[in-house]
Amino acid sequence: MTWFWEFVSDPANWSGPSGIPARLLEHLTYSGVSLLLAAAIALPLGLLIGHTGRGGIVALVAANAARALPTLGLLVLVILLIGYGVAPVLIPLVVLAIPPILVNTYAGLRGVDADLRDAARGMGLRGPQVLFRVSIPVALPLILLGLRLAAIQVVSTATVAAFVGLGGLGRFIVDGLATKQYPSTAGGAVLVALLALLVQGIFTVLQRVIVSPGVSGRVPVGKAG
Amino acid sequence: MDEPLVRWDWIARNAGTIGGLLGDHMVMSLVPVVVALLVAVPLGLLCSRWRWLYQPTVGVTNVVYSLPSLAVFSLLIPITGLAEPGTVIVPLTFYSLAVLLPSVVDGLAAVPESVRQSATAMGFGPLRRLVQVELPIAVPVVLAGTRVAAVSSISLVSIGSLIGRGGLGYLFIDGWQRTFPTPIVVGIVLTVLLAVLADGVIIFAQRVLTPWSRARSAA
Amino acid sequence: MITFEQVTKRYADGTVAVSDLSLEAPTGRITVFVGPSGCGKTTSLRMINRMIDASSGRILIDDRDVRGVDPAELRRGIGYVIQQAGLFPHRRVLDNIATVPYLLGWDKRRARDRAAELMELVGLDAGLASRYPFQLSGGQQQRVGVARALAADPPILLMDEPFSAVDPVVRASLQDELLRLQEELHKTIVFVTHDIDEAIKLGDSIAVLRVGGRLAQLASPAELLARPADDFVAGFLGRDRGIRSLSFVPARSVRLRPVTTVSLSADVDEARRTARDAGEDWLLAVGDDGTPRGWVSPLDLPRAGTLAETPLLAFGSYDRDADSLRAALDAALLSPTGHAVALDGDGAIAGVATQRALSEALAEAAALTAPPPRPVSPGLRPDASGAHRDGEHAGGVREAPPGSMGDGREASRG
Repeated sequence: MTWFWEFVSDPANWSGPSGIPARLLEHLTYSGVSLLLAAAIALPLGLLIGHTGRGGIVALVAANAARALPTLGLLVLVILLIGYGVAPVLIPLVVLAIPPILVNTYAGLRGVDADLRDAARGMGLRGPQVLFRVSIPVALPLILLGLRLAAIQVVSTATVAAFVGLGGLGRFIVDGLATKQYPSTAGGAVLVALLALLVQGIFTVLQRVIVSPGVSGRVPVGKAG
Repeated sequence: MDEPLVRWDWIARNAGTIGGLLGDHMVMSLVPVVVALLVAVPLGLLCSRWRWLYQPTVGVTNVVYSLPSLAVFSLLIPITGLAEPGTVIVPLTFYSLAVLLPSVVDGLAAVPESVRQSATAMGFGPLRRLVQVELPIAVPVVLAGTRVAAVSSISLVSIGSLIGRGGLGYLFIDGWQRTFPTPIVVGIVLTVLLAVLADGVIIFAQRVLTPWSRARSAA
Repeated sequence: MITFEQVTKRYADGTVAVSDLSLEAPTGRITVFVGPSGCGKTTSLRMINRMIDASSGRILIDDRDVRGVDPAELRRGIGYVIQQAGLFPHRRVLDNIATVPYLLGWDKRRARDRAAELMELVGLDAGLASRYPFQLSGGQQQRVGVARALAADPPILLMDEPFSAVDPVVRASLQDELLRLQEELHKTIVFVTHDIDEAIKLGDSIAVLRVGGRLAQLASPAELLARPADDFVAGFLGRDRGIRSLSFVPARSVRLRPVTTVSLSADVDEARRTARDAGEDWLLAVGDDGTPRGWVSPLDLPRAGTLAETPLLAFGSYDRDADSLRAALDAALLSPTGHAVALDGDGAIAGVATQRALSEALAEAAALTAPPPRPVSPGLRPDASGAHRDGEHAGGVREAPPGSMGDGREASRG
């Protein structure tokens, strides 16, 4: 912890392109863009296979195999193959983020009580209405869990971008290791950990706000007689 | 890039080194899972016996889980040493624990109350009931969690190469520094194979341990 | 009217769920599909709102083939109630009920007003409106399910084992509630159950299906109990068919004789005198309002005091106009005198049915409910079954509503 204070109290670490704000912004950019891309791929796919029940096994096997892919290896390979830049960093992070989103979205939708969907259909809701008005709200806790796990993993793993010479909070860790400046390594590590905890906190709040109390079982005080 | 993606002669020449890294990788990834399992079962039992323990315990493991591996590896260096296996094994143990503990508790919670009560009614004592009735029923859920823990542990070890000890991850650094894709490809392929193998072993174990329930598909 | 015309449902694997089913579910009536599991009753129900499409044959609603209507549109015009109610866990009770009105594009205010109205109709406390389903009991959830199905006032209601997941006491009250609603709303209801007693209690007509989805018999409850088409139906109906069928014979036909009453405020001497003058072994003690309170035997009276201070013997009563012969018989069995007290609609004493009068009525009923062998007098049966139908349509010949026996129990306790 003393190293951390040494690190954050050094004014040199707070300005310029290699200061904490700039690195944080880079880190958030890599993470945010990767997460958005992964969600843009995995959410619709998970909703589709979860809602129709088709192709589930194939998607799950692929997702589990993708979990085993080492991000660092993927990162250096992609850069060697297609060259240096921000896009190559995003590819392994997107690959990392897809499985938890896909698997949990799928599991969430499959977990929706068949009687419930039956009742919805029986009242005259069409396929997409059943999905958006009933299945998704009920599956929301698991869908959010998938997004949260993906976000945390992406934020944590985005540090490896520094290894291939890109920015982000990983720079402090990698540079510190390379130059034996331990306060920098410790400072970077703590910052990333704090960021991950912040993400965890944001999702906890999000969960409380957008999941219906009827689903979570948490009922606002004084509202339910 | 003129370099072919894979140069088989390099693999042949370095087979010994690769084998050594693979062994190292296995130890560093699987020891944490085994240790975590040994800790998670008694801890999970305590949590299901005294429910109030569960939320705080899961809260702590959740926080641990959200800590970035590279950050934790780095922070542990002064304690466990640079390039030492312990620096990788200790955090991975906590990650595995974070995955396994809820599995154990959920698995025990999945034991139907009727089964529990009929076991008691037949004269099982609390310990005997736990070992002979409840744990076997919880096995499928626990093993489903073990699969996730094993696969992510195997995948995470390679990050350790950034602090000097990452099993197959060394191949990524090596390939990167020499702009030479063969070791990288070898590292990725072996990591995935190892994960698939471990997954298969656990599924097999589940079939053997719980012949009455069919293997659960992907967790 | 819902019409099944030679409807068959065959699945891809070759199993036949419903086989060549032809029947009609008349408008404004409750038609019950009943049978053992695997008899295709739920499949048949679900083909009406096209949750399942028939393999061959047609289903018509008021002469319109359901296959010609968009399924979602069709379903919005048909109420649908299922076993676990299928309430949306993420929506409050009021919004659950307003689901179909929202789908039909009603504005929020109107939909919610309608939902509140329905809560009252099905007997739900308005305070439950903002609860979530998991905060309700099973019976309350099922009431919400019924309210939700009625929300857009559909002419047809499909009910798939709606009450089978709640305990027997709640189930009975939900059944009574449904009959009460039906008297008010006159929906065309198709009701699926595996419980023959529920079918007999609720159905205007009952379709008994056998495994493989073949229709074994379609008849009114009385007809079914009196003349099951074959051994399968008889076996499915179970024991005590004779006694149960008395529920469908009106008690009106029982000959009554006057009863000698005595006021509770009379003293024992006056009671003895009354009995002697009338030559009766039993007197019926009545309250100031003229309602029966219990039987008095002059021989067992104490030396002094008023009847109000004397223990009375239990009695049983029935409503002469609304109750069935079964209720009258039951009332007779409840009193040590063997007489059933007949009341008129206002609760005033109309007379008593003696054991002799009851056995005459039973003999008449037996002629109606006799098992298959050809009737001795051919003229009797059409007349008799005609009488049944009239009775049913009048809506009064159901089992005695709970509570009508209450007086008797009260008296025996006092």
